[in-house]
Amino acid sequence: MATLLEQAEVDTELRPAIAGRNPWALAARRLWHNRIAMASLVLFLLIVVLCLAAPLYAHDVAHVNPFVPNLNGHTVVNGKVVPVMQRGGGVLKLGETPIGPTWDVSHYFLGADSTGRDVAALLLYGGRSSLLIGIGSAVLCSLAATVIALIAGFFGGVTDSIASRIMDVIWAFPVFLLAICIGTELLTHTNGFQFGPVHVDPTSLWLPTVIIAFIYIPYVYRPVRGQVLSVVNKEFVEAATAQGAGNMRLIFSEILPNVVSTVIVLMPLMIATTILTESALSFLGIGVQPPNVSWGTIIQDGTDLVYTRPWVTIAPGLMILLTVLSLNVLGDGVRDALDPRAKLRVEG
Amino acid sequence: MKRIPAWPAIAARPRARRVYTLSTGAVVAALAVVAAGCGSSSSSPSAQATSAAHKGGTFTILANAAFGQADPAQNYTAEEWVLLIDTHDGLTGFAKVNGTAGNKIVPDLATSIPQPTNGGKTYVFHIRRGIKFSNGQTLKPSDFVTTFERQFTVPGPTSFYSGLVGASKCSTKGCNLSKGVVANNSAYTLTLNLTAPDPELMDQLALPFAFAVPASTSPKLTGNNVPPGTGPYMWQSYNPNTEAVLVRNPYFHVWSAQAQPAGNPDKIIEKYGLQVSDEVTEVLNGQANEVYANDPIPSDQLSTLNSPKYAGQVHVNTLLADYYYALNTRRPPFNNLMARQAINYAANRTAYVKIFGGPSLAVPTCQVLPPGFPSYSPYCPYTSGSSHTKWTAPDLAKAKQLVKQSGTAGMKVVVDATTDQVGKALAEQMVSDLNSIGYKASTQLLSSSVQYNFVQNSSNSGKWNVGYSQWFQDYPAASDFLNVLLGCGTIHPNSDASPNIAAFCQKNIQSQINQAEASAATNPSEAATLWTQIDHEDTNAAPWVDMFNPKQIDVLSKNVHGYKWNPVWNIMIDQLWLG
Repeated sequence: MATLLEQAEVDTELRPAIAGRNPWALAARRLWHNRIAMASLVLFLLIVVLCLAAPLYAHDVAHVNPFVPNLNGHTVVNGKVVPVMQRGGGVLKLGETPIGPTWDVSHYFLGADSTGRDVAALLLYGGRSSLLIGIGSAVLCSLAATVIALIAGFFGGVTDSIASRIMDVIWAFPVFLLAICIGTELLTHTNGFQFGPVHVDPTSLWLPTVIIAFIYIPYVYRPVRGQVLSVVNKEFVEAATAQGAGNMRLIFSEILPNVVSTVIVLMPLMIATTILTESALSFLGIGVQPPNVSWGTIIQDGTDLVYTRPWVTIAPGLMILLTVLSLNVLGDGVRDALDPRAKLRVEG
Repeated sequence: MKRIPAWPAIAARPRARRVYTLSTGAVVAALAVVAAGCGSSSSSPSAQATSAAHKGGTFTILANAAFGQADPAQNYTAEEWVLLIDTHDGLTGFAKVNGTAGNKIVPDLATSIPQPTNGGKTYVFHIRRGIKFSNGQTLKPSDFVTTFERQFTVPGPTSFYSGLVGASKCSTKGCNLSKGVVANNSAYTLTLNLTAPDPELMDQLALPFAFAVPASTSPKLTGNNVPPGTGPYMWQSYNPNTEAVLVRNPYFHVWSAQAQPAGNPDKIIEKYGLQVSDEVTEVLNGQANEVYANDPIPSDQLSTLNSPKYAGQVHVNTLLADYYYALNTRRPPFNNLMARQAINYAANRTAYVKIFGGPSLAVPTCQVLPPGFPSYSPYCPYTSGSSHTKWTAPDLAKAKQLVKQSGTAGMKVVVDATTDQVGKALAEQMVSDLNSIGYKASTQLLSSSVQYNFVQNSSNSGKWNVGYSQWFQDYPAASDFLNVLLGCGTIHPNSDASPNIAAFCQKNIQSQINQAEASAATNPSEAATLWTQIDHEDTNAAPWVDMFNPKQIDVLSKNVHGYKWNPVWNIMIDQLWLG
């Protein structure tokens, strides 16, 4: 065991190396050494890659078009050609049940949904939508919240009061209720949503992205504004002011770099939250609209088949679970890596 | 009748003419005499004993949702009507019997079906004496004055009776039908004076809108309080969030076994709020007696019902109804006949049938009138193969050729449908069919409570091209489909009540409709032939893509007996008995 004196000598040797390291590099190093966080990152990236490969799987492996109903189609199971939709048995022959999982990647691996579409292909395409909306809305939300928080926190006074009260009003609504209200209103605009020169088609993925981003702005705004308020009176800001720096320079060069870590810590958690929100809204029919699919819409389609074809519901549910779990664990790792208190730690 | 929970008012429903009523007038009159003369007293002692043995118990129906406001002057849902026919009566009624005999009009609160006088514009009804409402008041001819006036003071589909003299001046603010509905309480007669002959009046009088309520009933909407009626049951309570409860009417006695027989269960309860899958489970477990017939049973549960174990508990019957897509004829591409015919050739009706639950629950069709309907003659020009009477498969080659000829290839097409599972799947299939012949189609899904109004209103006509809809008969007359849904007179600009969704109006077809209506009274067979011809001409003009004729599944518990299927009222709950 090293004596205290020897340990002090070692610390002294290490100190210049640590002191000279960029705080971002230090955080990255901490994150790299967090095995659970890195495993989560790998899992998340794996899901992203799988979803990005959806067209490859659909066209070159399964040979299906998951956006077109295939009620009269056939597939191969154990070398035999069978219909994708199978007529009910007994005397009454009621209903048409889609084929179940074949566990053959090239032939309806996870079975078909109620319109005969390949669930595995839908799952991958659905993941693209869910991830795109999740990441897109988290980024949009964080951007908007950060800009508003910077302006409100920096200028203070009336500006801060107005911005904060508006955020309070938005946050006063239950998140899902607000999303449902806005979604229903925008979706019934049958020719899409027009905002100045910007036109959004009602079936566009931008619609749920923007709605989800909007409802979570206060969620990000509050901690970022708090951080801005704590930074705005620091000495280095006063020094920059004394040197004649303008407001824009103060905000974007002095304050922003000191609050961005808060946004980065929130980002994985925000993505997880927005993916869950998108799935819930799509399940309720006011998120992703046909012909697009998302994990939420696949679950909704599978609710009528939950006893006979449970994989239509279980598979997207599992994907949501894994994605959100990986992002939450990764988010914890990022927080640990960027937490100012962690700077006191000495890493081996 | 469209089976949606909240039916919008049809402000100007056409007064269609019916061939059936007059062509079978003699039969109806004979039945009326027999029914009026015999009633329940004709039953033998053994039959009475059997009947008495069937009485008792509580019959429980499980429904996903309630039917909105319960006032019979307003409600236009099958869900309430199957209960109202057990609590109320009209001057006439559809025979409450099993099978096609249920299409017959029989006298109910009237002693007989009157022959019209004054050139078909006046009917004198003799009202039965000794009948009491469930509140103990005796039925009088003057009660009908209130009943008909409420059709106009309560917002609802009032146009069924808009031919009554004085009706044109009625509004929600007030109504005076003293010249159109003349009651004589001493002679017990009721005279209906019309502005023009209406051969379908007897059918319309048999509908719940014309069911008698006491003269003291408020002229305004009674909300969830159903006014007293004369049927074997009365409404004890109705709460749309929980349940409707019907109990025996202590003042009821049988006056016509055909029009209003005595009911078997002591109590009928309809409970609301369960998922349909849970409804099926409860009924199969014997915890309730019936799954409400129009609650769509999930595919999972349909598979369960195929088990031989449930063979005696599941009943499937053909409905006189159409599931169809209306093509918006106001704007491209479907203002072009060839484009309309093209999508009819391309429509994969087998797929639509599968979405609805397979061939056991739906039959593909190309034409407007459903099988078994008056004037129906099988016709399907939009199929591959040489047969023109039955759909077999789409003819994509022909469809593509027509699209090319029409010059509409590549156009954007919006398919408007409902957000429920079936509506959504049907829309996706239609989009696929349209894309397969060169259009750029997309879906536009709206809530069921909004979608039907949306596609009816012409102010929205620029927003959709193909509109999903369905129609169930009000009464068995060809005009109920051909004139109501495709007549020029049912296009009401900027109204949510414009049942001709396609806005299809061809003068030559309309003149044939007018001719069929005019000849109904004088030459019924010619009128029937004309309706057949109109049906086929409408099909050729392709204002719709007819998808299929649906069937109804009735799921009952094991202890329910005496199932009967009536073509107008469908399942007759009060005639079931619990073993």
